[in-house]
Amino acid sequence: MKKDEMMQFKSMVIFNDQISPGYCKIRLTAPREIVQSRPGQFVMVRVYDGIDPLLRRPFGIYDLGVFEPEYPNMPKQHYLEILYKIVGRGTGILQSLHHNDYLDILGPLGNGFTMGNEDDEKILVGGGFGLAPLYFLAKRLVSVSNVKVFIGGRKKEDILCVTEFERLGIDTYVATDDGTLGSMGLVTEVLEKYLSDGGKRRTIFACGPGPMLKSTAAIAELHGISCQVSLESNMACGVGACLGCVTKGSSHTEEKPDYRCVCKDGPVFDSRQILWG
Amino acid sequence: MKKPDLTVEIAGIKMRNPVMTASGTFGYGEEYSSYLNLERLGAIVTKGLSLSPKAGNPMPRIVETPGGMLNAIGLQNVGIEAFIENKIPFLRTVDTPVIVNFFGNTEDEYAEMAERLDKIPEVSGLEMNISCPNVKQGGIAFGSKPDNAYSVVKAVRESTIKPIIVKLSPNVTDIVEMAHACAEAEADGLSLINTLTGMAIDLQKRKPVLANITGGLSGPAIKPIALRMVWQVSRAVDLPIIGIGGIGTATDALEFMLAGASAVQVGTANFISPGIAEKIVHDMERYLVENRISAVRELVGALEIQ
Repeated sequence: MKKDEMMQFKSMVIFNDQISPGYCKIRLTAPREIVQSRPGQFVMVRVYDGIDPLLRRPFGIYDLGVFEPEYPNMPKQHYLEILYKIVGRGTGILQSLHHNDYLDILGPLGNGFTMGNEDDEKILVGGGFGLAPLYFLAKRLVSVSNVKVFIGGRKKEDILCVTEFERLGIDTYVATDDGTLGSMGLVTEVLEKYLSDGGKRRTIFACGPGPMLKSTAAIAELHGISCQVSLESNMACGVGACLGCVTKGSSHTEEKPDYRCVCKDGPVFDSRQILWG
Repeated sequence: MKKPDLTVEIAGIKMRNPVMTASGTFGYGEEYSSYLNLERLGAIVTKGLSLSPKAGNPMPRIVETPGGMLNAIGLQNVGIEAFIENKIPFLRTVDTPVIVNFFGNTEDEYAEMAERLDKIPEVSGLEMNISCPNVKQGGIAFGSKPDNAYSVVKAVRESTIKPIIVKLSPNVTDIVEMAHACAEAEADGLSLINTLTGMAIDLQKRKPVLANITGGLSGPAIKPIALRMVWQVSRAVDLPIIGIGGIGTATDALEFMLAGASAVQVGTANFISPGIAEKIVHDMERYLVENRISAVRELVGALEIQ
């Protein structure tokens, strides 16, 4: 996306629903230009007009669409959706918003996923609300490529979007730490088993907790598969000005540091560009 | 009524209005160019620059606190070579004064920076960050002792004919003393305040939140302290002052001007609303119209005390 297509806009809540204990999905009105957002890009949301909380919160785009008006002759309304986990004050306030409440949005920001070769099998690996950008990606990929999704979490409640992926006709592999859904253990173990047949040309896309990404990157490296990861970070500005969300790049050393901004250089990186600490 | 006059002149730098961006919150200008018209700003102050590139601190570098944020970025910057090569070409296209914030590890480094910046025609003025540690003096900040401040400002003064603005740290016993030292060393202006040193703790982990342990507090939380310091310094020292600290609205900016600031810098608020500096200019103009004030300069130091 070109810089001049970034926007700051007031957005109205269309709905804001809990989708699993502790996780919500919110649909927000957006200008028509939002259709140019690419999977992997994010928005910075200001949940409150006052000074506490002060800063915006970053969220990956989960879906885009057009809201069909309830009455004839009403204009159609573009919208975007994000997923969030209720963790602190910001997301606590977000959860309390209702239909017709307003928030302020900045975005879309950052670099999205590179779609890659259509003939490659596309492997999506995610956990928690990291599934959000992967769902947006899957919707774009599924018409041209063979897509599989691997979803991991601590327990059943942390496994999001299975039905949504299945509705796209995508094979879904689930693993939970406690075995309450899917196989017991790490999703990366399931992934490794799946990849053991070798053979096919594949591309991996991952978004989720740090250890999951690290392990996915290692598996991709081992199998010689290209892998893109979408990183999460606390952010203040989201546009590369504050330098508060950096991550270590692959050539990082104490003497010659190599820091990359998650917001501006990412949030999507080739997994080989990252120094996995 | 005629359009009110927003122009100000600080340390010989003519600005179309008193609203500048604070160093470290606005990158090198380009980062924000799609969100606002840079040519509506009074001046752009660029990210703190050093002789060689600086990588900055480990993560986490920022944390939000009530009404503010702590940062310990560690002065990460591209270094002067890359600044000249990659950042100046863009800034050259913008018809707004550029003030370059810079720092050094030693007095000699400050002087060398000033000498090099002196040769760049696109640079309208220099803003010295004297809050960083002097490596030759056991890491004591240049800006924490009047003698040291005097000496480093003097060294810079002898290295450039461009206007010098010294950015004062609030983490001192007496900021007025520091201001006097800078005036004596022939600085052309003062900007205040830099961030207040603070810290945040994670009770669960029993650890500091920032990797650097401490960080600089900015945002609305520090505004009352900044206002007080601007007021104190403006009464004591005959130098133009740029007010900084939690400015997010035209009201905030005008309060600083009443306290004695001739101009202001918008910092943390840029992170929240990238177009905020331009909005402040707009709202400031409206305030002047509504209150039949013909020039914003009339408000500088116009605080009424009994």
